Amino acid sequence: MSELNFIPFFLSFKLAGITTIILFLIAMPLAWWLSQTRNRAKPFIEAIVSLPIVLPPSVLGFYILVVLSHNSPIGAFFEDTFGIKLVFNFTSLVIASCFYSFPFMVQPLQSGFETINKNMLEASYVAGKSKIETLFRVVLPNSKPALISAFIITFAHTVGEFGVVLMLGGSIPNETKVASVAIYEYVEIMDYTSAHIYSAIMLVMSFIVLLGVYTFNRHHNRRIGIA
Amino acid sequence: MLELDIYKKLSQIELDVSFSIKEHEFIALSGKSGSGKTTLLRIIAGLESARGEITVFGKSWLSEKRSMPTQNRGIGFLFQDYGLFENMSVEQNLLYVSKDRELSSYLLEMTELSEFRSVLPRALSGGQKQRVALCRALMRRPKLLLLDEPLSALDLNMRKKLQQDILNFHDKFGTTTIMVSHDTHEIYRLASRIIILEDGKVIAEENPKDLLLEEIENLTKEAKALIQL
Repeated sequence: MSELNFIPFFLSFKLAGITTIILFLIAMPLAWWLSQTRNRAKPFIEAIVSLPIVLPPSVLGFYILVVLSHNSPIGAFFEDTFGIKLVFNFTSLVIASCFYSFPFMVQPLQSGFETINKNMLEASYVAGKSKIETLFRVVLPNSKPALISAFIITFAHTVGEFGVVLMLGGSIPNETKVASVAIYEYVEIMDYTSAHIYSAIMLVMSFIVLLGVYTFNRHHNRRIGIA
Repeated sequence: MLELDIYKKLSQIELDVSFSIKEHEFIALSGKSGSGKTTLLRIIAGLESARGEITVFGKSWLSEKRSMPTQNRGIGFLFQDYGLFENMSVEQNLLYVSKDRELSSYLLEMTELSEFRSVLPRALSGGQKQRVALCRALMRRPKLLLLDEPLSALDLNMRKKLQQDILNFHDKFGTTTIMVSHDTHEIYRLASRIIILEDGKVIAEENPKDLLLEEIENLTKEAKALIQL
């Protein structure tokens, strides 16, 4: 058994935390727009948003790699102008995770926003409040379960990433070697004891996170009289 | 005060209505369900689009060129299912509209809701919610108050109480009020004029007294027919 190193867990949680915050800022306006719009392009945009759910992570990882590598205009621009490499470092993991976990933030938020009583929104507009003010003062405070679900599921999903992370970040110790990649490597070198310990930690933590979501939702629903 | 001439194609009917309302009138909009009453109210509020023109106090709210956003119309709107902000207490619901604490205290006192000022809407009864919604609708001191079947879900005693509240506020604030209602007695008690819609068209404009007399006449006929049987 190798000496246990918890940096991969730290990297996984750091990655998940940063991804969740970035995705919330990007996904919230989009989810709000999708929940309110009657635009004909809506199904088209929803399909694009949901692609990472059905695409094999390797396909997603491959395309992101192609777009971000130094051989592409985007990758070359960032490297030549700002000196930032977009592949095989922690930044690339964050970018890849944002793509990979995007639908897991958008969908719960959109569903939550869609269940908000329409009259509540209209009452706010009648009161002279803009759509932005209504979003922050009425919609978000009344969407707590959706917000919690979106945060937790995105976080947990990012912690559990493997394929995309491996393709974009490789396995650089202390930089891109997250917990799921570390487990894969332990199995490869047949260090099953370490793989067991890492896997058990991931399993227990994932369960606790999900238990937390369902317990919160149950309490919240009871409090507002749904269940 | 309000001149309206609008057209909107709905799934079942074509709403094609024109009428005018004088300042401080209390109008009842009546008619069968599906006749376009609520849609008409929502068009006046700017919550639904339509073609045509709406002019209020000389200002254009709707024309072929533009529609004034709901936010700028300065109206009060009482929704059928209240639409209270669930995350805010009773008092916060009112103060969200305007920071006028004096007015919110006055309204809550008038509607006997002062003791519930810190309570969240979900802890209130239907009648209490409706009163909060009415108070909230008045927080902008609206020149035009729109009421969408405000009392339909309430019991008789609560109806009478709220009818009085509505009447008091209508006089006190000098508002012009348009109320959707099916209840002849309610219309008689509150409205100065009734506009009846059928399939999206105005089919009659009456004095509420005449409407009540008609209903009494009909009931008398029915009673006589029953006695003869």
